[in-house]
Amino acid sequence: MDILNLIRISAKALMRNKTRTALSMLGIVIGIAAVIAVVNLGEGLKQSTANQLSDMGTNLIMVMRANQRRGGVSMGSSNVQSLKVHDCELIAKNAKNVTLVSPVVNSGGQLVNGSKNWSGTVYGGSPDYLEIRKYEIATGVNFTDDDVKKYAKVGLIGQTIVENLFDDGEDPIGKIIRVGNMPFKVIGTLKEKGQNSMGMDQDDLVVMPYSTVQKRMLGQDFIQQIVCSAASENVAEAAVEEIESILRASHKIPEGGDDDFEVRTQQEMLEMMSSMTGMITTVLVAIALISLLVGCIGIMNIMYVTVTERTKEIGLRMSIGAKNSAILMQFLTESIILSLIGGVIGLLLGLLLSYVVSLFMSLPYVVNVMWMVIAFVSCAVLGLISGFFPALKASRTDPINALRYE
Amino acid sequence: MSAQNSIIKVENLKRTFVVGSEEVHALKGVSFEICQGEFVSIMGSSGSGKSTLLNILGCLDQPTSGEYLIDGISVRERTKNELSDIRNRKIGFVFQSYNLLPRTSALENVELPLVYNPDVSHRERREKAQHALELVGLKDRMEHMPNQLSGGQQQRVAIARALVNDPVIVLADEATGNLDTRTSYEIMSLFQNLHEQGKTIAFVTHESDIAVFTSRTIFLRDGHILRDESVATKSAAEALAALPKENDY
Ligand SMILES: Nc1ncnc2c1ncn2[C@@H]1O[C@H](COP(=O)(O)OP(=O)(O)OP(=O)(O)O)[C@@H](O)[C@H]1O
Ligand SMILES: [Mg+2]
Repeated sequence: MDILNLIRISAKALMRNKTRTALSMLGIVIGIAAVIAVVNLGEGLKQSTANQLSDMGTNLIMVMRANQRRGGVSMGSSNVQSLKVHDCELIAKNAKNVTLVSPVVNSGGQLVNGSKNWSGTVYGGSPDYLEIRKYEIATGVNFTDDDVKKYAKVGLIGQTIVENLFDDGEDPIGKIIRVGNMPFKVIGTLKEKGQNSMGMDQDDLVVMPYSTVQKRMLGQDFIQQIVCSAASENVAEAAVEEIESILRASHKIPEGGDDDFEVRTQQEMLEMMSSMTGMITTVLVAIALISLLVGCIGIMNIMYVTVTERTKEIGLRMSIGAKNSAILMQFLTESIILSLIGGVIGLLLGLLLSYVVSLFMSLPYVVNVMWMVIAFVSCAVLGLISGFFPALKASRTDPINALRYE
Repeated sequence: MSAQNSIIKVENLKRTFVVGSEEVHALKGVSFEICQGEFVSIMGSSGSGKSTLLNILGCLDQPTSGEYLIDGISVRERTKNELSDIRNRKIGFVFQSYNLLPRTSALENVELPLVYNPDVSHRERREKAQHALELVGLKDRMEHMPNQLSGGQQQRVAIARALVNDPVIVLADEATGNLDTRTSYEIMSLFQNLHEQGKTIAFVTHESDIAVFTSRTIFLRDGHILRDESVATKSAAEALAALPKENDY
């Protein structure tokens, strides 16, 4: 009994009852579609997080204020004043693996242009801030070190602010607008960056010299954050170590004492995010796998019914010379064909589904080939397993009884 | 009846069924021989052991004791697979209820035994099936499904299926049991034609007006052979012609 013949016999048997064949496939179709869709979407989500994190900056390293304990009482980091502009200068001078450094001070504020107003966030930084955070200038110019020295009332604005404070076609460059009570001159606009992975609008910002924000808006001498660019991804870890030792020395932290700052690389944030999306994906895949299992039980169920219903056919086949093994193989092949066709349909459906959803959610469309192979192979295996016992039952039919069966 | 063209030879064949603690002796020592080219009917009342005998002759069942040779091969102590091959190469079955595969064309139904014979190529299979269908007079019904055929036509397809592997013997169990008189005669006429072409046929029936179309009748009673007689064969074609016209609706 050659394999082609076997496939032909089984295919014909399946064709004889198309509705049942289609129905028994349904479980596998849905199961595989779910697995493929979830895996692809998870992958897309992961990639989009990675993209957006890398959009946050070039080999970005962030230095943040750490929670401190004083006498056992933990203080919120917003009260901590441990980071100073001086720290930035030290890092810029001494850390060899760091190419760009900028302090960050930010403040919320009501932005007003004539009758229009909008509440946005003002970020104060050095002239390098834009490059570190991967903002590009659309029109106008960046501010200079000179502007920093003079607490110049100048700023660059993101596209969201352009849209909300200015009329269509109006050129914002050179216009004076107010943030809170402070008027400032718009010297540039930023190119659109879109939402970040948390759904935050990255174009809703004003960038000014940090000194202006510190002295004219907040009246403080500390800074919230330091952002740096490492020379390359490879030296990011080395850069972190340099920054840590520079800051520990500058903050006079004794050997073994707790740091009053925290250094994070983009890589670490990426890992954090991807471990989160990975966890969600795992849970969803598990659910999808359960539906696949249910699909298999469906096939097994229908194969059992089929075997009983086709007792007479089995008896006839045996009486004209089909060996028990041929009957076993026929029903096994039927079940494998069922699950493989179901699997292929499910695969295509899953690809389509994940494509549509990623289109809607504006995620990158990623196809995980490994999981497609896994899904396909597991279909064959599942078909084999779920068909085995019904097929065994069929092959043990007694032809004399079977022929008499009504 | 020379020994070399003996197709079937049974000696002191016994078949005992054990049902619970009771033993049912369906065959209690049956001996006979069927030679090449014979057309034998096996008769007897219900429960006399006809089907039991035919199942053994057809290698679907094995005797409790006794010897059975088909085409010179002893069937005793054969494995299931060997019996399958014997059924596939040497025997053609015709059943009372046709047993055609539903939603499968006549041609494909007839091809079925050859599907289980790897020596027969796809093309050969098709040609043989077409030939067998021509033999039973269904040349123009090859692509018809069983539900598009009358009972008599379905039985013809079943007979074609029994002939397609060129068996040494065709075994029929109550092959006319589901058919009316006219169609029964038509089927018997077909069997007679096949017999004339040299086929060996063993035919189980409990109707004596069907048995008269065969050349030899073995009577069974209670698992024993009561009589085994050769009789003058009546022509089924003539009997068909002699049927009163009123039977024609
Ligand atoms: N599988 C079985 N188990 C137990 N007893 C059986 C079995 N098959 C047949 N018998 C018994 O063997 C005897 C002969 O049965 P068989 O079917 O051969 O009769 P038959 O001559 O074909 O009758 P009919 O004309 O009604 O078909 C009966 O008494 C029957 O009850
Ligand atoms: Mg019977």
